[in-house]
Amino acid sequence: MATLKELSNKEILISSGHRACAGCGFPIIIKQALLAAENPVVVACATGCMEVCTTIYPYTAWKVPFIHNAFENSASTLSGVEAAYKSLSRQGKLDKKIDFIAFGGDGGTYDIGFQALSGAMERGHNMLYICYDNQAYMNTGIQRSSATPRGANTTTSPAGTESYGKKQYRKDLSAVMVAHEIPYVAQASPSNWNDLVTKVKKALAVEGPAFMNIIQPCVLGWKYPSDQSIELAKLAVDTCFWPLYEVEEGEYKLTYRPKEKKPVEDWLKRQGRFRHLFKPENAEILKEIQEDIDTRWARLLAKCGEEA
Amino acid sequence: MSIRVGKTGNEAVAEAMRQINPDVVAAYPITPQTEIVQIFSSFVANGKVDTEFVTVESEHSAMSATVGAASAGARSMTATSANGLAFMWEIVYIAAGMRLPIVMPVVNRALSGPLNIHCDHSDTMGARDSGWIQLFSENAQEAYDNAVQAPRIAENPDVKLPVMVTMDGFIISHAMEVMEILEDEKVREFIGKYVPENPLLDVDNPVTLGPVDLQDWNFEHKRQQAEAMRNAKPVILDVASEYAKLTGRKYGLFEEYKLDDADIAIVVLGSTAGTAKVAVNALRAKGVRAGMLKMRVFRPFPAEEIADALKHVKAVAVMDRSDSFNAVGGPVFVDVRSALYDVDNGPKIVNYIYGIGGRDVTPDHVKTVYADLAKIAETGQVENPLTYLGIRE
Ligand SMILES: Cc1ncc(C[n+]2csc(CCOP(=O)(O)OP(=O)(O)O)c2C)c(N)n1
Ligand code: SF4
Ligand SMILES: [Mg+2]
Repeated sequence: MATLKELSNKEILISSGHRACAGCGFPIIIKQALLAAENPVVVACATGCMEVCTTIYPYTAWKVPFIHNAFENSASTLSGVEAAYKSLSRQGKLDKKIDFIAFGGDGGTYDIGFQALSGAMERGHNMLYICYDNQAYMNTGIQRSSATPRGANTTTSPAGTESYGKKQYRKDLSAVMVAHEIPYVAQASPSNWNDLVTKVKKALAVEGPAFMNIIQPCVLGWKYPSDQSIELAKLAVDTCFWPLYEVEEGEYKLTYRPKEKKPVEDWLKRQGRFRHLFKPENAEILKEIQEDIDTRWARLLAKCGEEA
Repeated sequence: MSIRVGKTGNEAVAEAMRQINPDVVAAYPITPQTEIVQIFSSFVANGKVDTEFVTVESEHSAMSATVGAASAGARSMTATSANGLAFMWEIVYIAAGMRLPIVMPVVNRALSGPLNIHCDHSDTMGARDSGWIQLFSENAQEAYDNAVQAPRIAENPDVKLPVMVTMDGFIISHAMEVMEILEDEKVREFIGKYVPENPLLDVDNPVTLGPVDLQDWNFEHKRQQAEAMRNAKPVILDVASEYAKLTGRKYGLFEEYKLDDADIAIVVLGSTAGTAKVAVNALRAKGVRAGMLKMRVFRPFPAEEIADALKHVKAVAVMDRSDSFNAVGGPVFVDVRSALYDVDNGPKIVNYIYGIGGRDVTPDHVKTVYADLAKIAETGQVENPLTYLGIRE
């Protein structure tokens, strides 16, 4: 565990002045993740809000080496960088410990970049892949992804007279990554900074690939006042919509247990994208969403060896 | 000096890759390129190279990882064919736009659909304007020689563009030939040490690569890319003349075969040049002044040089091993005809599309082309600007 004092002495490796919306969650995630690194870091990033807001030529917000290639290939691009590192180190052309972090949005990770991610993890590259999950394709104007929660109003799953928003529950990508049997998988949230930083440290320390899924509140897509991002991240955790846990060498561990599990409505009602769910005709959907969370939470507790 | 060996095209190119000894190779198998990946894997497995070989899960990732590796500062290669090239399409353009000196052998195969594994040029012709330098090869020897020259061209500071080295699927890739290879040290000396510019792994001097590049700068960067392609032409020739000193084998932008005094000539790429030479020799024996121009460098397109080489010819046939479905003619035809536009009283020019999906082309086919050309030369009339050769109509 890093203390706040320790972290405050470290250089912040993402600069201000980037073009993310006021209150956007991902700059906070970048800051926390890079603070965790002990070695120099090389970053790869998928097309999406993060890349588009931080690298408008001739400016860059990144104080570490950074590469963007395309939307779906952050993982494969970084696997090439890491292969170059291995090769040059082995040949004695490079003598330095370097850490590798790939960032991708939920679209770039759960959907279009899923194959590249799976391949890179299976090959065992020594890298950490971080999905900043804001639960839709934000950069192109809030379209649904397989990470979008059930019931959310997006521009391709709009709520309407015949629709309550997205029909499907979100894909449990963290579980899919656990199934890859890689050394380290974790879910984190910028609201629980110490938990996040500790997990990034662990992820970078393991030999081989690591995956972290980090929830990222998006002011525009979730529709809430821009000063509430961290509160909303916290509510996602405290309602157990976004449990904080890690899986080390297959061993599940809950890293934070809310004192009191809040009803998911507490999180949903704070966001414009779920407003329509609170109409009387959608009461059943709300109930089902809560039941789904309860089921998944119970399953997770069992896996973590926690009391129900 | 050189070593005489019997090798298939795939073996020859794999051998060139071993001698280049790239820092990183990321590749995915596809017929007819597969052997290159297999042979190279065995080099890795037996410690014959220093390469980190990334066994990617697709060609999209092959090109993505190669871009990552090249950006990191590694000499990087991949190889593919047809659908594999199509699958990496998006990143093929990005590799060129990022000005990465990647070398990629492409074993020509018909692009689907329908599915077909045999040779035509539809794969690389589709990528002709992707910003890659394209070197075509007539046989295994040329594929090897082009592959050895490619890193020097790609890495030249005035160029910094990726290079495709192509050879005809099966016809070259799987046919055994007697050829010459260089000693390993000669190749290493020739290609030299790779000194990357602004590599990602230089963590003390962080760079941002692949940023968003909008209205205010994108045009200038694209203009620089276009200039790099222009710069490539003299660099390709310089590298070729240095290579000739080493091997005695001379390469230009194209090869002129009995073209000096020709009345009729064909323009051709790849293995068909060998077939055409047989036809030219037979016609010459009968006193017909037939000639041939075999393109080696298709990108950058040597327009002035081609115009100069063909200006005295009465009738020219461009042989395209791919169609462009533009309802006009094949890609080589369109470029060659455009190159001849400014030639006063230049040759009549016609197009033959042939060999699609691996359809065999024989000296007799080529002779019918020359017969057509002789008629055009005599009458000055073109009846069929476009002919599909060796097909059931
Ligand atoms: C191959 C390809 N398809 C589509 C796009 C358009 N596109 C760019 S970013 C994006 C969505 C990004 O969503 P996500 O990964 O969730 O990142 P976010 O913008 O939400 O941060 C899309 C669809 C693209 N750039 N490339
Ligand atoms: S749209 Fe959302 S994810 Fe994108 S910059 Fe704005 S707040 Fe951040
Ligand atoms: Mg998103």
